Amino acid sequence: MSSANPSLRAQSGPYFGDFGGRFVPESLVAALDELSAEYALAKADPAFAAELSELHRSYTGRPSLITEVPRFAAHGGGARIILKREDLNHTGSHKINNVLGQVLLTKRIGKKRVIAETGAGQHGVATATAAALFGLDCVIYMGEVDTERQALNVARMRLLGAEVVSVKTGSRTLKDAINDAMRDWVTNVETTNYVFGTVAGPHPFPAMVRDFQKIIGEEARQQVLDLTGRLPDAVTACVGGGSNAMGIFHAFLDDPEVALYGYEAGGEGIEGLRHAATLTKGRPGVLHGARSMMLQDEDGQTVESHSISAGLDYPGVGPEHAWLASIGRATYLPVTDAEAMASLRLLSRTEGIIPAIESAHALAGTLELGKKLGPDSIILVNLSGRGDKDMETAGRYFDLLDAGAQQL
Amino acid sequence: MTNISTGHTSTVEATIAARRAAGGGALIGYLPVGFPTLSESIDAAVAIAKSGVDIIELGLPYSDPVMDGPVIQAATQQALANGFRLRHGFEAVAAITAQVDTPVLMMTYWNPVLQYGVDRFADDLAAAGGAGLITPDLIPDDAQSWLAASERAGLDRVFLAAPSSSDERLVQAVTRSRGFVYAVSTMGITGARSDVDSAARVLVTRLREAGSDSACVGLGISTPAQVREVLEYADGAIVGSALVKALADGGVAAVATLAAELAAGARDIRAAV
Repeated sequence: MSSANPSLRAQSGPYFGDFGGRFVPESLVAALDELSAEYALAKADPAFAAELSELHRSYTGRPSLITEVPRFAAHGGGARIILKREDLNHTGSHKINNVLGQVLLTKRIGKKRVIAETGAGQHGVATATAAALFGLDCVIYMGEVDTERQALNVARMRLLGAEVVSVKTGSRTLKDAINDAMRDWVTNVETTNYVFGTVAGPHPFPAMVRDFQKIIGEEARQQVLDLTGRLPDAVTACVGGGSNAMGIFHAFLDDPEVALYGYEAGGEGIEGLRHAATLTKGRPGVLHGARSMMLQDEDGQTVESHSISAGLDYPGVGPEHAWLASIGRATYLPVTDAEAMASLRLLSRTEGIIPAIESAHALAGTLELGKKLGPDSIILVNLSGRGDKDMETAGRYFDLLDAGAQQL
Repeated sequence: MTNISTGHTSTVEATIAARRAAGGGALIGYLPVGFPTLSESIDAAVAIAKSGVDIIELGLPYSDPVMDGPVIQAATQQALANGFRLRHGFEAVAAITAQVDTPVLMMTYWNPVLQYGVDRFADDLAAAGGAGLITPDLIPDDAQSWLAASERAGLDRVFLAAPSSSDERLVQAVTRSRGFVYAVSTMGITGARSDVDSAARVLVTRLREAGSDSACVGLGISTPAQVREVLEYADGAIVGSALVKALADGGVAAVATLAAELAAGARDIRAAV
């Protein structure tokens, strides 16, 4: 790349255009500096890459497959739709990619305790899993609302040996879990590493988490080339904080012929307040340590988001997405709860793959995109997670449960 | 005074210096705007000033207060539920400074300032008679707009220094701050503690070496004895959660009583030592 046309892939923070930075208490700066420095060393150390790569091969199950889904694609204008199967990873989603990287880094730094926030529970389960694998103490912060609607994931984390703290402050959801995890980190930073779950937060998290997730796009880019002989016309993913989307987008940032689409949670519709469409309806602001887009009122108080999918139910988004939107490299559109649930059922019935409700947002957006791009197009979708965790929600939504029946 | 500005006189610095010269140190008292109501929060701030608090730290309620412990979280959450708006902050500063000469610093997380407009916020704070801002989640590295606005409007800016801060960062905190440097006594969040961490003494010593002559210690200070202990080595002691708890439990009269007891701890330190 010439300097006149710099690579969009070269961004390493703290800022992505006007977005990013470090808006944190001074007490955390030393830990963030230590993390940045240690990550820079690890990145340059072939042994670190080799260890992570071997873990991904023997534990995560990488490379993950791609699967073409023609029966599903028939409902999307006949475009060729190819799924990147992050749902097949150990622990059931893309979250493990980042967690293994950060836990290896924790080991390098020499800390013995990890903390993490979780919304749906996928990042919490992945962190508890990695902590079990490496023998680290693990505390997961989860909003009380989420511990109730994702009770089985709470049990999974506890089974794996983690302590789950139910956060009862503020809106009692993911954003408050992040606040409490930050408070823990400020207090215990000498012994504790914060394994942040998405491409948001203060530098170095947005760039580091993206780097641990970009393997998704790197694998998929080659897999699509091998299968079809060319690059896809579009790459799509759901966006909450945005880690699975950055993970699959990154390898394609310098391929201008490949369009990038992120689908946000439109909840009950973006006309009202019951949604999590941060890039569509938000304004620039500072939340959880970074300047990015966020849902907020006139005074800058964070507004509570809503989505049927706990994993997308977040009023912020990673700064690199805000930047990609601002320069027009990626397009972000809302998908409602109803559209996502319809696609969840459609993929289940046409292809025998039950996606996570989060990923179903990407599927719904992809069907619409396919109608626009037409039958000669190829669309790569990040199927970021599997739907096992969502069976209770889906069972109620589609009325699939027998009256009076109970899971024992 | 160590600051990067020219021509601006900080009443906060002057107040702290005068207390030091008189053989004690400054007592800085935190209360949030709008708790339990807007008018009672104004009355409480005036009452603690009249009871001997030297500088008022007026907190703006915010939805995501990552530096605050349970007592202040509960109070600010109640203020938000009661309908707190940013304009109430300026109204409160104006009402307090109309009744007492005590300097009033606002303590606010950064996003409300950003949304209000950094320059507009600075102008309105100055117009209300406010002395400046304490910014718990704004570090000097990312504070260009606030450095410029505070300089232009003649406002103090208090940055934090932590036990974990490097020497370079302490120098930065000292040179970028005006009014005082907020020395975080311990690695943690706001809330009363039985002992003030010995890390605070070390941090103030390091801030002195970094050039500070206005270093105030906060986090975990709740009793007159702790105020006295901190003022043996620091220029000011900051009390927050204990005052908020007194206000929550016993109203304006109780918070005034506690403020008077704390203020007694802040006087004649050298005589006591």
